[in-house]
Amino acid sequence: MHPLNIIVCLKVVPKSEEIMVNTETMAIIREGVRSEINPPDMNALEMALTLKDRYGGQVALLSMGPASFENYLRVGLSVGADHAYLLSDPLFAGADTLATTYTLAQGIIKLGGVDVVLCGEESADGATGQVPAGIAEWLNIGQLSMLSNLELDLTRRVGRGRRDIKGGYEIVEVPLPCVVSVQTACNEPRFINFERNPWAFSDARVITWNAADLEANFECIGLRGSPTIVTGLAEADDRDRRHEYIEGTAHEIAQKLAALLENLLEGV
Amino acid sequence: MVSSLFSVDDQAQAIWVYLEHTDGNLENVSLEMLSEGRVLADQMGWPLVALLLGHGIEDMCQEAFTYGADQVSLAEHKLLEDFTIEGYTSVVYQILLQSKPSVVLLGATHNGRDLAGRLAVRLRTGLNADCTGLRINPDTGVLICEVSGFGGGVLALIEMQSHRPQMATVRPGVFSLREITAVPSETIVRPSFNIQPKDIYTKYIERFGGGDRIDLTGSPVLVAGGRGIDGDFQMLETLAQLLNGEVGATRPPVDDGYIERERQIGQTGVVCSPKLAVCCGISGAFHFVVGIEKADTVIAINKDAKAPIFDHADYCIVADVKQIVPQLIDALK
Repeated sequence: MHPLNIIVCLKVVPKSEEIMVNTETMAIIREGVRSEINPPDMNALEMALTLKDRYGGQVALLSMGPASFENYLRVGLSVGADHAYLLSDPLFAGADTLATTYTLAQGIIKLGGVDVVLCGEESADGATGQVPAGIAEWLNIGQLSMLSNLELDLTRRVGRGRRDIKGGYEIVEVPLPCVVSVQTACNEPRFINFERNPWAFSDARVITWNAADLEANFECIGLRGSPTIVTGLAEADDRDRRHEYIEGTAHEIAQKLAALLENLLEGV
Repeated sequence: MVSSLFSVDDQAQAIWVYLEHTDGNLENVSLEMLSEGRVLADQMGWPLVALLLGHGIEDMCQEAFTYGADQVSLAEHKLLEDFTIEGYTSVVYQILLQSKPSVVLLGATHNGRDLAGRLAVRLRTGLNADCTGLRINPDTGVLICEVSGFGGGVLALIEMQSHRPQMATVRPGVFSLREITAVPSETIVRPSFNIQPKDIYTKYIERFGGGDRIDLTGSPVLVAGGRGIDGDFQMLETLAQLLNGEVGATRPPVDDGYIERERQIGQTGVVCSPKLAVCCGISGAFHFVVGIEKADTVIAINKDAKAPIFDHADYCIVADVKQIVPQLIDALK
């Protein structure tokens, strides 16, 4: 039985509250917007570290993006991960879900010997939630989605997870290796570990792989490998609202509001 | 570029909707997609086909017809009784390769997203996730998906030219339900497929249901809270009860554990179209606003006069929600 190998897929995203749009050019203003590790991915990392605490083994981080993402991976190393891999190549740019999942799967294949691939539930920017299923499909392995808890049986080689369903929960089991998406906010991600910082932020190596390193099919990556194209940007429909202000003391406002509500809800 | 397993030249001009069901009932999102699919199908003169998988589920076909399906493609098998990602992906894949529809729509539910994510890779095609609007170019038959995932008040239009099927997922509550009166052909087709016990490796060990199902999309009144209420959802619950409504929330209080995730409204939660939405202590980030944009009336209470929520409100109250709401509760009583 080899030591447990866990991979956590991390995405670096612009901080959603800082994103603005230039309404004239319909372009997203990226200048001055800070980035962060996609918050749901921190829940995936926490689940990975909990598994490592319990079963031993090692945790590797895997991300796709420009060289500037390296520092975010170092944050993950400080928090507790053992290794970090960055898939970085201008040829990866412009990837949609199909190309992104292909590229990440190629990285996972190159890493080899994985038992569990953990992903956040969805990304804060794209929020498509389709990446975990896509990775599992490229790797042709099982998946467990939206788990709040994961236990492993390394003798039987299975993962058993709990997930919330409408009005309850279910416990589901699949063979290892498998891909797991982790329910956002299901755990409390640990903080940067100051004792690990000297290693994480200087000694540790973030290994960068490009398309050739991955032996990727160039037809499957980046813009070339993406069937979907953005053909237009439009401003979201701004519904005409009345914008009527209700003013006065708290008491007066409450009285006016109560009358308004009774009026609005007549017949509901 | 790698081509999809079938091309524009091989495609059948048809819109397919994958139907999801729980405890013998079709999910609302499936019926909503049928309703919208009917409109698109009529515009194009294409058939609308509902795809239904399960075991002992023929009864549900009638409801699919009621919401506009011309045909139900019905796959029944003991091994399809429970949703397993490997079993369902395999069977849907086989059926889609036989029929080669131009457009396939799935609900952006947990299982719907998993199934769509797997199928798109297996078919080597594109997938437009969480669409807020769909239309089809009448000349080219290209599906144009409106997606609002870009963080600002911007919608992106996304399409695929050469890959088929054109797959898209749609979030619950985005489209309205429309029953139809003129019933089309009502045909049930049973496609052939192959499934073996060895194909299924997901095991359900335990399932506990029966709790209250929270479904904000059906509530006529929503009382939603954001950071500004400091986790005091008890107060909003009291107000919601007086108004016969449900309590909803923005993402931060959900992430902080103050309230259930099923109550999250917005881009990563549910999209609602209530008669009335009362927004309490909510700043009005775009992610949230998309979830209440379809409300008939929006009331916003926030002490920050510059909060963007007021741009999206019919009635604006610049005041501390923690002072106003208790007094409003008294006034309503």
